[in-house]
This record gives sequence, structure tokens and C-alpha cells, in this order.
Amino acid sequence: MPSVMIRKSDSGALLFYVAKKDMEETIATVETDTAESWGGEVELTDGSKWYVDPISPPPVFPTTLRFKRAE
Amino acid sequence: MANLTREETLDLIQEVLEVYPEKAKKDRAKHLAVNDQSIEQSKKCITSNRKSLPGVMTVRGCAYAGSKGVVWGPIKDMIHISHGPVGCGQYSRAGRRNYYVGMTGVNTFGTMNFTSDFQEKDIVFGGDKKLAKLIDEIEGLFPLNKGITVQSECPIGLIGDDIEAVSKKKAKELDKPIVPVRCEGFRGVSQSLGHHIACDSIRDWVIGNRDGDDSFQTTPYDVAVIGDYNIGGDAWASRILLEEMGLRVVAQWAGDGTLAEIELTPKVKLNLIHCYRSMNYISRHMEEKYGIPWMEYNFFGPTKIAESLRKIAACFDETIQAGAERVIAKYEAQYAAVIAKYRPRLEGKRVMLYVGGLRPRHVIGAYEDLGMEVVGTGYEFAHNDDYDRTIKDMSDSTLLYDDVTGYEFEEFVKRIKPDLIGSGIKEKYIFQKMGIPFRQMHSWDYSGPYHGYDGFAIFARDMDMTINNPCWAKLHAPWLADQAAQSEQPALKRASA
Repeated sequence: MPSVMIRKSDSGALLFYVAKKDMEETIATVETDTAESWGGEVELTDGSKWYVDPISPPPVFPTTLRFKRAE
Repeated sequence: MANLTREETLDLIQEVLEVYPEKAKKDRAKHLAVNDQSIEQSKKCITSNRKSLPGVMTVRGCAYAGSKGVVWGPIKDMIHISHGPVGCGQYSRAGRRNYYVGMTGVNTFGTMNFTSDFQEKDIVFGGDKKLAKLIDEIEGLFPLNKGITVQSECPIGLIGDDIEAVSKKKAKELDKPIVPVRCEGFRGVSQSLGHHIACDSIRDWVIGNRDGDDSFQTTPYDVAVIGDYNIGGDAWASRILLEEMGLRVVAQWAGDGTLAEIELTPKVKLNLIHCYRSMNYISRHMEEKYGIPWMEYNFFGPTKIAESLRKIAACFDETIQAGAERVIAKYEAQYAAVIAKYRPRLEGKRVMLYVGGLRPRHVIGAYEDLGMEVVGTGYEFAHNDDYDRTIKDMSDSTLLYDDVTGYEFEEFVKRIKPDLIGSGIKEKYIFQKMGIPFRQMHSWDYSGPYHGYDGFAIFARDMDMTINNPCWAKLHAPWLADQAAQSEQPALKRASA
């Protein structure tokens, strides 16, 4: 369950940054991304999938969240 | 000699790897690559930030070097205790040339070495008492210090001293920040983890000190210069450009920086990062906690400076944007003269770099401004994100090497025959004896600054002074000159060209 910092890149895409793993990837898709909540299964551009319980109301980025690996 | 093609470079890597045993060969192969600009993510072509192989010569440092030497060390009005045996602090003392203003030993302590000088009994019985006594002594002898950091050396972690408890107790007694830093040298694979640990200790112990204190007068044009260590005066050469375009530089991290500047950084509008590798961690933290955006910039060579100034100005209003144009116009005649003077002498020269942090990619622009070409580059301690940024700056089919070993670097140089090598002190004399001009790119070879327009003039002069030095033609005894000319020594070829 790594702590992941999510921030917006210059182009507006969301970046998924795990300091301990030294990994920064762009988020490709988010399961729930509505005005009420944000979260669920998150897929990165490298194909890996992560899960966070949907957060309501949607968090303000940048923020740190605890993700789980989703398989 | 002409540049190698992609196939030739791949062959060269294979050839160099030949001497290793099977397992070592497999491991080292992942760290050597041929640049391909079409690759988006460096992890597809190069592996980085891995443990060096036992038995090969690496030039990496340790976590203590990353914390005491790089991040904390340049903060001038704090005293940084090298907690542990005497050597770590003494042999690295003042070697990095982080310039600062102040009266050393009175209100600034940058070039001094403070150590707890561990003896056998401290290892056996623990060094906490000694640390407490040392802090009291420091306070008595140097009362103008603004704070103290405890930089752990390897034994502290091994014997399990509780430096946090001592620091907390003493901080209360003295009413000054005392920061314990767990940067024992054995942590991590290189100094890179030391940067991270140091940034985390700033985050935990310093950055929030003035939260809720609004007495500091802010302006809409406040910025902080982060990751500029003022080597040979670099940060000063950068700072004047930012101030001339109308920005107010509140803090310098960490070259010529003070504790107060660090505490005030959360009040700025934008963090400007020069060395991404060592200080992106704290910038990310400030972005999350205080909502301060950060951006990377590059102040090596006029092309990149103009690009960076415009990029920085774009974050502010028209007055700053006009200011940026004004600054670029003001220095145009100056840098044009530098290029006119040195470009004809340096045109077409080929450079190989092997440094750390930001330079293997940042200085490429400066060399290109002088008509030179970087044909190989590599980092001591980079991570994948550094290589992501490097791939774009290097031309296709040039060589990339991560944590290169002494043997590999020498073999690459023998084949590629560059006109100049930029690396550190440990490589310097080997290559000079091979007859290849060399500049130390860690400490600017006791020169500098190299940042900014003023620095570019010095950079160009130094490169010319090194490459076109007549000494390279004198490496052979006169009565052996004929013989040497026939054996195609790179040095003599260069001298006759």
C-alpha cells in the first residue's frame, strides 16, 4: 500500500508519483471521476492498475493518497 | 574521427562488456545504452539507481555525502556536525566550493568541520552523551549559529544511538532548531538517497517553523531558487538575472543560503528548481502542503537561459515578461561577443560527460552554443526521470552510461576519442595522462561561475583554455615525436589539427 502523490502535469494530465519506488507515471484512466467523487481503479500508461476507495468530494490536487495494487 | 553510427555504438558496448564474467555482464549491459530520441520512457532502454557491482570501480558517494555535502552543508549560518569518526567530515571539508558571504567562524560556518570524533569507547558505550556535550560546546564557542544539524555517519545507525532524543532535548534547552539527519552512509545505493533523507529532514524539522506567522512582507513576485549550490558563485550569477527581470529572490537553496531563507520559502509564489535530482522531493512537498508550483529551469548557455527566462516569466504578469525580454536584450551583445570569439576555436569539438545531478543534460545546451557536440553522457546517481529528460537533449545514437565503471569509461574514451572530457577529480588524471583535455565538471575545476550570462563567458574561456592548450602537443619526448606521430596518438592528432 504505497503512498502516492497525485499532481497535475503542465499538460493537465494527472501524474502518479511514488517517492519510495522512484516512479512517476501518467494516469491513463480513472474509474470514477465525477463532480461528487474521485477514485476506484486507476490505470497508468505503463499498464499497471491501482485501487483507491472513491473519495467524496473529489480531492484537490496535488495530494497524497494510499493506493492498493489492483489485479 | 567521425561519429559512430547506432550499430557501431552497440558493437562498442558489446566489446567493452566482453571482459566481464557472465553475471556481471548481464547486469552492466542494462546500464549502457545508445540514445534513441523516439523512446518516451527511459526505463525501456536504461536501468538506473541500482546497487553498484562489487569489484568494479564506481565513483559514487554515500548518503552522508548527499546530505552533509550537498543539501545541508551549504546552509551557511547553521553548524553541521559530522557525527561519528573524524574522517568523513575532514576529507570532504570545503571541497565543493559552495561560496558564501559572511565571517567564517563568527556568523557563518560553511568551510569549517565540526565532528564528534568517535573513538572506540563511543562505539562501545554509545555517543549520545558526547553529542550533547558537543552541542553545548558549539553553543558556547559559536553563539551566533542559527541552528545545528546532526549528520549521522555509518556507526550511528549501526550502534543504534538515539540522536533524535538528544536533538529534541537540546533544541528545547537552547531554543534553536536542532535537526537530526539519519543519513548514515550505508543507506541506499548512492548519494541520491542522502538528498532524499536530507529533504525529508527539512520537511519534518524546518519547513513548517513559520506556519501561521504572517509578519513577512510578501510580494506577488517572490520566488525561491532551489537546487543551486553556488559552486564558484553560480547562484549569484543566476540570481542577478532573476532580480533584473523584476522577481524577488526570497531564498537560495542551498548555496549561500540561511536557515531563515529556508523557513520563509513556503511564502513564495514559485519554486525554481535547477538541480531536479537533489531537491525535487522538497518542491513536491511544498506543492502539496502550501500549493506552491515548481518548475525546472536551465541557466547554462544563452539559448537555454533565454528559453528558461521566458518560461519563468510566463508564470507571471506582463511586467515580468517585459523584464525577461529586457534582460535577454541587455546581455545579447555580451554573449554574442563570447560566441564570436570562442566558437571558431571550438567548433566541431566532441565532448564526453560523466557527472551527477543535473549537469550531464543541462550543460549540453552551453556546449552546443559554442558549436561543440556532446557524444556521450552519463550520471553517477540518476534515476529514471533524469534519463527521461536526457534522451530529448542528446542526439540519436550517442552513448548513455549509468554509474559507469572506471574500466568502461576508459574503453569508451579510447574508441570514441573525444576532444574533451568533463567529469570529476577521480577521472581527471587518468584521462590527462592519456592525452585528452579534461575539465572537472563537479567543481568547475576551481573556476566558475558557469551559470547565467556572466558564467557563460567563463565557461567558454575555460573550455578553450583546456582544449587549445599547447601542452597536449608536448606529451612525447621530442626525440620520440616521429614515432609517436605514426602510432596515431589522439593527443598528437589534435595538436596537429
